[in-house]
Amino acid sequence: MEITLQVNGTRRTVEVDPRVSLLDLLRERLGLTGSKKGCDHGQCGACTVLIDGRRANACLALAVAQDGSDITTVEGLADGDRPHPLQAAFIEHDAFQCGYCTPGQLCSAAGMLAEGGPSAITDDLATDPALTAEEVRERMSGNLCRCGAYPNIVTAIVEVAR
Amino acid sequence: MRSFEYARAADPADAVARFRPGTMYLGGGTNLVDLMRLGVAEPEYLVDVSRLPLDRVEPDGEGLRVGAAVRNSDLGAHPLVRERYPMLARAVLSGASGQIRNMATVGGNLLQRTRCPYFQDVSKPCNKRLPGSGCPAIDGDHSNLAVLGHSTACVATHPSDMAVALAALDARVHVTGPGGDRVIPMPGLHRLPGDEPGRDTVLEPGELVTAVLLPAPPPGASRYRKVRERASFAFALVSIAAVLDVAGDGTVRECRIALGGVAHAPWRCERAEQALRGARAGEESFGRAADAELAQARPLPRNAHKVPLARNLIVRTLLELAP
Ligand SMILES: Cc1cc2nc3c(=O)[nH]c(=O)nc-3n(C[C@H](O)[C@H](O)[C@H](O)COP(=O)(O)OP(=O)(O)OC[C@H]3O[C@@H](n4cnc5c(N)ncnc54)[C@H](O)[C@@H]3O)c2cc1C
Ligand code: SF4
Ligand code: FES
Ligand code: FES
Repeated sequence: MEITLQVNGTRRTVEVDPRVSLLDLLRERLGLTGSKKGCDHGQCGACTVLIDGRRANACLALAVAQDGSDITTVEGLADGDRPHPLQAAFIEHDAFQCGYCTPGQLCSAAGMLAEGGPSAITDDLATDPALTAEEVRERMSGNLCRCGAYPNIVTAIVEVAR
Repeated sequence: MRSFEYARAADPADAVARFRPGTMYLGGGTNLVDLMRLGVAEPEYLVDVSRLPLDRVEPDGEGLRVGAAVRNSDLGAHPLVRERYPMLARAVLSGASGQIRNMATVGGNLLQRTRCPYFQDVSKPCNKRLPGSGCPAIDGDHSNLAVLGHSTACVATHPSDMAVALAALDARVHVTGPGGDRVIPMPGLHRLPGDEPGRDTVLEPGELVTAVLLPAPPPGASRYRKVRERASFAFALVSIAAVLDVAGDGTVRECRIALGGVAHAPWRCERAEQALRGARAGEESFGRAADAELAQARPLPRNAHKVPLARNLIVRTLLELAP
């Protein structure tokens, strides 16, 4: 089937088999290997991208079902040569070790910061709580890090959230 | 993954008209795409219903109408849901991850399949996946499977958090299908396995969930709590949605209790509710009510811990809700 996506600001029209995931399309057809395949089951978050500005697991998204959508991958977060504030904070706070989970962490954090609203641990659901380290941990729970770089990841995100 | 055809439905009638044997509706795909990749689901035709114009949450009389294509994250973040049905908002926000909630729809959440490890492994027998092949969970790994309402054919649990809150809220599920429209009251959407574990729900082939209607919020205080193996991003071992309304004289005027993680369907605790109405609110009556309900539990060798877990969760949650 022919689909058209806006990928990191560029219009791409591709012919895809309905079985192809958005993740495989990005990595294998469009050469965007920043998004990683950790589990292929929605359990690790390494494949997180923004679909129409909202974070999603590209491994569980069928490419055909995204026809007409706007996709941002880690390659599209920076503004030209200027790193995204999250990318700068990750470097400053040493928020990674092997780096495998990092593209997913960055895209997930970018989507999370735009979300607002309460989380499962917010006491009063009627309020929009401040993004404390605890709130960030809960909101980022869909992104696992095998290296256990969580403390620095949380510090970096909390700093950008301020 | 077996090959299939894909089409996007324009409206509910178009989705139903496209339905033929081998068709499955596609919501956010967070459960279905996974099961297709595992070989558990093998549709020939996927009809995408995730972009149907059923994506609104709007007042409906005293209650609220939630479209089946509303994303889980939008439901949990909706001001009217947060204010008037905080138990539902908390249940939705307790499920899965931020990414998955952005993709998952209300219809798909209700109709997600069990997380029984044998159901997901096509190299193993499973009565739900392959009727008549047997249930290896009964003598195997059933540590997170059912303690209530199960059968000798299947001991699976329904994994949804949202559905537990909907069961306690007396929500009604609106469906349309080849045989017309109908309304199914919660908790009646999900079945107990009996001798037909292949059927999770009472839906007929081709029936499409279009909306969930929430009646006016019940009076009293409410709460959703989930006990799991890690603090976040894990399915419930046991969860509870509870509403408690205590009169000025300290007696229970009304209460609703639903449990998740214990049965093939969200488990509404009618016996406990009956035992509580008119009783003096307190640890003693709450314990008696929990015992009345859990007297029917039939734990398996490796999930007996769920019974005291459920008892403690009922008592503690009601104590928190009592004035
Ligand atoms: C890693 C992981 C962790 C998770 N943790 C939790 C958790 O803690 N708690 C929890 O509750 N859930 C959890 N989930 C499950 C998640 O909530 C479900 O996958 C999701 O809600 C399904 O919604 P969907 O729109 O993606 O459905 P889909 O995957 O698209 O569909 C699911 C089923 O519903 C059918 N369907 C979809 N829409 C309709 C409709 N309108 N009418 C009729 N049939 C329809 C499909 O045919 C399919 O059979 C988790 C999932 C993953 C992958
Ligand atoms: S409990 Fe049900 S789903 Fe699990 S193996 Fe047995 S029949 Fe299959
Ligand atoms: S690869 Fe998508 S969540 Fe792990
Ligand atoms: S830095 Fe190695 S997995 Fe996170």
